[in-house]
Amino acid sequence: MSMDRRTLLKGLAVAAPAAAAGSAGASEAVKAPDDAVGMLYDATRCIGCRACVTACKKANNLPLEMYDPPDDLNGTTKNIIKIYHEGDTTSYMKAQCMHCLDPACVRACMVGSFKKRDFGIVTWDPNRCIGCRYCQVACPYNIPKFQWDTPVPKIVKCEMCLHLIKGGSQPGCCAACPKEAVIFGKYTDLLADARERIAKHPDRYWPKGDPIIFGDDEGGGTQVLYLAGLDFEKLGLPDLDSEPAGAIAQKVQHGVYQGLIAPVALYAVLGAVMWRNRRADRKEDE
Amino acid sequence: MGRRVDPKLGPVDGAPMDGVDRRDFVKVCMMAAAAVGLPASVGVKWAEAAEAGLKPSVIWLHFQECTGCTESLLRTSHPGLAELILDLISVDYHETLFAAAGNQIEDALHQAMEQHEGKYVCIVEGAIPTKDGGIYCQIGGRTAVDILQDVGSKAGAVIAIGSCASWGGIPSADPNPTGAVGAPTILEGTPVVTIPGCPANPYNLLGTVLQYVSMGTLPALDDKNRPLWAYGRTIHEHCPRRAHFDAGRFARMYGDEGHRLGYCLFALGCKGPETHANCSVNHFGEIPDCWPIGLGHPCFGCTEQGVAFHKPLHQEAALPEGAHPPIHPDHRKSIAAGWAGVAGLAAGAAIGAGLMASKKLGEKDTED
Repeated sequence: MSMDRRTLLKGLAVAAPAAAAGSAGASEAVKAPDDAVGMLYDATRCIGCRACVTACKKANNLPLEMYDPPDDLNGTTKNIIKIYHEGDTTSYMKAQCMHCLDPACVRACMVGSFKKRDFGIVTWDPNRCIGCRYCQVACPYNIPKFQWDTPVPKIVKCEMCLHLIKGGSQPGCCAACPKEAVIFGKYTDLLADARERIAKHPDRYWPKGDPIIFGDDEGGGTQVLYLAGLDFEKLGLPDLDSEPAGAIAQKVQHGVYQGLIAPVALYAVLGAVMWRNRRADRKEDE
Repeated sequence: MGRRVDPKLGPVDGAPMDGVDRRDFVKVCMMAAAAVGLPASVGVKWAEAAEAGLKPSVIWLHFQECTGCTESLLRTSHPGLAELILDLISVDYHETLFAAAGNQIEDALHQAMEQHEGKYVCIVEGAIPTKDGGIYCQIGGRTAVDILQDVGSKAGAVIAIGSCASWGGIPSADPNPTGAVGAPTILEGTPVVTIPGCPANPYNLLGTVLQYVSMGTLPALDDKNRPLWAYGRTIHEHCPRRAHFDAGRFARMYGDEGHRLGYCLFALGCKGPETHANCSVNHFGEIPDCWPIGLGHPCFGCTEQGVAFHKPLHQEAALPEGAHPPIHPDHRKSIAAGWAGVAGLAAGAAIGAGLMASKKLGEKDTED
């Protein structure tokens, strides 16, 4: 998976004309890979015990911070339980990487450090990363975090405990949850499970009567699925349509650079200004 | 001199002391004061009051209850009950402890009420039925409501011991066939200190009673009239298993590995996070680990109205607010950073001004 500088530059050299030519079909809906795995988090089952937060830190060798627990995702926290309060309504919320089917971070990453790799899990390759943090800006869920306080920083986000999955076990959080509020499994199985739950309890989930599964088609679909008793927006998930989050930005960017129009136009303008100034200079000299 | 010695058992601790000298007696009083968190000078005060025959009068009423609170009080040792009722206070009416019965004890009650009107301590144990005119609990032909209104209104202080007397307890559990309520509901207008618990921790009662009888004051109370020194914190806040909770280590089933290793019982329905009490630091009868969580059973919230006997035993407790971050945490909390910026600007301006001034000086020099 690692790549040296030479290969990277070679790749860029090949990629530049390809991008200039304009990649057609960028907005085509992406399907989950056949071996895709995922998680299903049911906020109505969560009791807020935070066992998953601790289990995540343990599974990923991150500092435990037992007496100063994190209040948000950060450079040492890949998973966190938050709370939503409004009158008598209370709901917990698990924030972590959604592992989009068509991730904005992957679209934004110009060096291919972020990619969907084994099981459709979005992972970060430290050997390619140049630290531009475009992934942070691109992510609609505000998930990737940068280690600001270390000289050799990493991008930190949930990688679904790929190292554990490869060994045949579950991700740390799913194994720790005492209420099976978050479960791990094959993406298609989880989607079927979630559909069964909303069919069985249409009044338990939001919107009542005709509940939706967040991630079914939001942002082009995500491998981490959410069920909740109230509006997902209140739980911090953005209001996305079925188009992948990075698609619009990519369309604009690719449109501007179509056939290298933008750089040519820019240099043309600069050249014209220079030519005009030099002519004016010459006239003065005469 | 000294403690009573049983021919078979040897010295009997906590037994009534025959012919005890003043020194030993003051010692007992001071130990009792220390055990319930009162200053040593209070112990001397008690000893002096007892010598002068001024032992405070206590009237103990029993209504709908199991006598568990009295039973648990019987098992204290600092002070032991014998020392308490024989040396420190004068229990003038207590149905469980008195040898007398019938008219004799009713007379004792009325006598004590007349003699110490406005000064005696009325301790209530048990809930009071209100349905159908309160006929479900009557003593000597009077209903519990009547007795409590009579005795409570003439008392110097009213203390409700146990969850039944505090807010209804077991008798008030759904469907509450007798309309049972706690003493504060009956004595509206009269302040009632509540010492809930099932049973109440006897030291919480002793501390409150002994503070009242020695200093004439009542401890600071919370919004449910529970002494703050005993009920100011939740079980969860100083639970010996708290580290397991923070580390996400839970017993999932009785007898599983986590349960045997003493992990947190939250997942089994422990109500510690919503129950205010000091059981976790003041174990019952001074026996180490003699309290539910110490014995491996989830706290069932006995001191908390609306939790014990109302919420299912194994339903998860509500975790307190503040344990979780909000959906959108405010990361700009640090005012210090802002001030550091302002200070930096000021320092920069000062350095800049200094540079300019030195430059001007230099210019002056060259001009000269």
